[in-house]
Amino acid sequence: MFQHDRLNNEITFFQKIKNLDYILLISVILLSVLSVFVMYSTDGGDILFHTKNHFVKLVVFFPLMIFVALFNIKFWHNFSYLIYLVVILLLVWVSFFGIKSSGSQRWMDVYFFVLQPSELMKIAIIMCLAKYYHRLKIENVNSYTSITIVLSIILIPTIFVVSQPDLGTSILIALSGLIILWLGGVKIKYFIYSFITFLISLPFIISFLKPYQKLRILTFLDPDRDPLGAGYQIIQSKIAIGSGGLDGKGFLKGTQSYLDFLPEKHTDFIFTLFSEEFGFIGSVGLLILYSIIIFRIIRIGSISRSNFARLFCFGYAFAIFIYIVVNLSMVLGLLPIVGSPLPIMSYGGSSMLATMIGFGIVLSAKINHKQMIA
Amino acid sequence: MIKYNSGIRKTDVINRRMFIIGAAKVIIFTGIVARLFSLQINENKKYLTLSDKNRIREWKLPPTRGNIVDYFGNVIAGNLKVYQLHIIPEQVENFNYLLVRLKNLLNLSDIKIARINKLKAELKPWDSIIVSENLSWSQFVKINNYLYDLVGVKPVMTISRNYPFKDVYTHVLGYVSQPNEKEILDNQIIQERFVPGMKIGKLGLEKRLENHLIGTNAIQRYEVNAYGKRINQLEHQKGQQGSKIRLTVDTEIQKACAELLNEKAGSISVMDIYTGDIIAMYSSPSYDPNLFLFGISQDEWQLIRNNPLKPLINKTLSGLYSPGSTIKPIVALSALENNVIDTKFKVKCTGKMELYGQTFHCWKEKGHGWVSLKNAMKQSCDTYFYEVARLLGVDRLNITAEKFGLGKKVLGKYFDIEKKGLFPNTKWKKNNLGRGWVLGETLITGIGQGYIQSTPLQLCMMTAQIANGGYAIKPKIIVDSNPVSYEDAKQSMESGLLFDSNSESLLDKKLFKDKKNIKIIQEAMFSSTNERFGTSYKSRIDDPKYQFAGKTGTAQVKRISKRERELDLELEQIPYKDRDHALYVAYGPYINPRYALSIIVEHGGSGSKAAAPIAKKLFKLIIDRHDLRDQQSNFERITI
Repeated sequence: MFQHDRLNNEITFFQKIKNLDYILLISVILLSVLSVFVMYSTDGGDILFHTKNHFVKLVVFFPLMIFVALFNIKFWHNFSYLIYLVVILLLVWVSFFGIKSSGSQRWMDVYFFVLQPSELMKIAIIMCLAKYYHRLKIENVNSYTSITIVLSIILIPTIFVVSQPDLGTSILIALSGLIILWLGGVKIKYFIYSFITFLISLPFIISFLKPYQKLRILTFLDPDRDPLGAGYQIIQSKIAIGSGGLDGKGFLKGTQSYLDFLPEKHTDFIFTLFSEEFGFIGSVGLLILYSIIIFRIIRIGSISRSNFARLFCFGYAFAIFIYIVVNLSMVLGLLPIVGSPLPIMSYGGSSMLATMIGFGIVLSAKINHKQMIA
Repeated sequence: MIKYNSGIRKTDVINRRMFIIGAAKVIIFTGIVARLFSLQINENKKYLTLSDKNRIREWKLPPTRGNIVDYFGNVIAGNLKVYQLHIIPEQVENFNYLLVRLKNLLNLSDIKIARINKLKAELKPWDSIIVSENLSWSQFVKINNYLYDLVGVKPVMTISRNYPFKDVYTHVLGYVSQPNEKEILDNQIIQERFVPGMKIGKLGLEKRLENHLIGTNAIQRYEVNAYGKRINQLEHQKGQQGSKIRLTVDTEIQKACAELLNEKAGSISVMDIYTGDIIAMYSSPSYDPNLFLFGISQDEWQLIRNNPLKPLINKTLSGLYSPGSTIKPIVALSALENNVIDTKFKVKCTGKMELYGQTFHCWKEKGHGWVSLKNAMKQSCDTYFYEVARLLGVDRLNITAEKFGLGKKVLGKYFDIEKKGLFPNTKWKKNNLGRGWVLGETLITGIGQGYIQSTPLQLCMMTAQIANGGYAIKPKIIVDSNPVSYEDAKQSMESGLLFDSNSESLLDKKLFKDKKNIKIIQEAMFSSTNERFGTSYKSRIDDPKYQFAGKTGTAQVKRISKRERELDLELEQIPYKDRDHALYVAYGPYINPRYALSIIVEHGGSGSKAAAPIAKKLFKLIIDRHDLRDQQSNFERITI
């Protein structure tokens, strides 16, 4: 074991750079560049507030990703619990002193940046559970103690985020956590049983939802019941995407977007604008780009020696996948509207920060894929 | 080793589980691509349409009304360019300053300023407020001079209805004004084409022919944003002007009528005796319809409304008058037709006639002595007609009178204000008043007094039908698509060709039993105007080209008491309201007649003094314009 450690410590800076996964890196750069152009289009073909901020964030967070990657994966393993705890503390702090905006309390002001800790939790929970299953003996995976512990690890942040309230992010956190349970080897029947229980208790859950959340579900089931009110977003979104056609209306020519018919076009509905301007071809192209990223992350996971790295990569790949699926299903009218950004594309610092940190850890796993962790 | 094994086993589990997820991911991504495909490829058309519906909005502009022209093609209701002033609030920097500037430049009232402020609060900031609908040229120039200082103000040129002959045609054309809610809802076409600022016909032909005149909207297509603000103009689709309507009227004659009745209350109608074309139809006094276009001021409205001569009433069509002696040709004709009298029949007039203790006076106190039909007509002897009416009876008189158009609407469908008047008979009295007919009532009906009521246009048509030899005509004011030329109409009437047809409606055209009787009446009317002692002898024209035949009438508006009869007051000594109506019906030229007319001067006194002289002045003009009119017969025609 010692030998391995020493061996890895000998990797020089240049070797680290050389060992970065360039396919992943290029894909992320491509996505970033694309996102700046799309943001430029949401600003009506002008470099305004959103474009500028988005660009600045990319310029700051991209090096941060490399910086994260330069740390040994073992370092991230060692600090996983701590990071999780710190983010939990931030969530607690936000629930007391956070900034309120449009009815929810999710943000904290860190002077140069407004941070949304729930976004960081999306990464932290994967790290935490990956470490837990890395250390857990396979015999104990299905023991009641371990199940109770992992469920608590998932539930605590989820409850904080739900109470902000932020249903979308909390679902993403819970799903990110559950996938590690799945990968860790929790019995399939448990998943099946809990899924059945979930279905049965769905009516009760719905009765606990806030009125606006119930409205969203009703609207999802029938957007035309209130076309100018609750159904407006989804109807306009579908019109934008549908009118894009095969090759789109052209860059900066999305009428739905620049005539302000699209709501939230910078954030959750950014895909709508993209799809309107670049059409089916562009949309599928974007999905392929995302698929390449996901595939690379899975590949890095599968060559990793340590189960921590493997679990993190698989979990993170799944998380990225889930973000995309939830966001696209929402704008395509396949799921009710829950706030969930499209990774990198959507405007929003915390989401981008978390995503970049995630990529950083994946790259770190790639650089140190031979690293064994005790 | 156990740890190592455990590690390996764990890795296997993780990899196996990952594989399951990987498969799920592929399926889900495929699902999303399928959804994208269905939205963007399959339903692309639908969503493209919806997206266009979102971004493209149409603005309708007011349609341009069709022109109304007279028989000679002169525009009598046209369209005029007007200059309007609009404010676009969102472009204004300082609204209050702008209002103060405009107030000074255009002399706007405080009420107007308050209205603008109210509109500004109600409308979207990019909707224009109409400050002035009709700027004078000098105001328009003034505004344009100061435009650099009036940010957000837009001088606009638009089109408005215009009546170049002002009050001359008001009672024929009516006028246009802003529609009220009911008018919009009642008419499908107006509802479809309505835009704020649009004017519709409120009265007369403008109202009746609304659907022909209205025209179609010009349409402007704009790209708008989600808040409805116009971003840029995509298209301008021109509207179609409403149909042009050609009337049978002659503006020169109509204008002459207006002058002749100046400052009098009354009416003149002129009609072509063969085609039924209405040459002129003027009700006096009239008012300027242009006043209503941009909303009449309260003062002007009160002036019209309170005028004792009642300019708002169309006297030609809805004024009901006792025909007085102008009915005598019909009474005489009816008696001849029913073989009650012949030309040799004579009555001795002593100035009055006694019946069941009641005295019926002739207008000539001393009496006319022995009079025959011709003399009775010439001097308008009342006693003669009392006796003829007594012998004839009201029911037989009623049949003849209704044949000649009394008691029935003349133009019917064109003017809803037209009244049908009344020609009584015994049955009518029984049904409506519940009492039996009294013989005395027959006598006064015989001189056109009593229950009998007629419109000036009815009297004109009656005269025309005597003049054309006793054939029914169908008066009209609009040149229709299939007009009968005057020659055709005259020839068919005279040659009797009409009656070769089996068509019953054509048979109906003959209003007499014996053509001779019509001739007798025509001759009697000729003598009344052109022979000494005739009631309108002073108004005759000797030149055969203009010579006309007519019958005067003087309609009492109240019963003359014994005392008044003895006083025999001059016209000026009687209060205006109690003065008789003066009437005159005539046709000419006597040889080869073409036109008939009726003149009524309300409270004008006797027909021979107040009405007949007007006919003299008018006939010269009417006949002088005859040749011109004939040349116009092949003018373009419009289908209604």
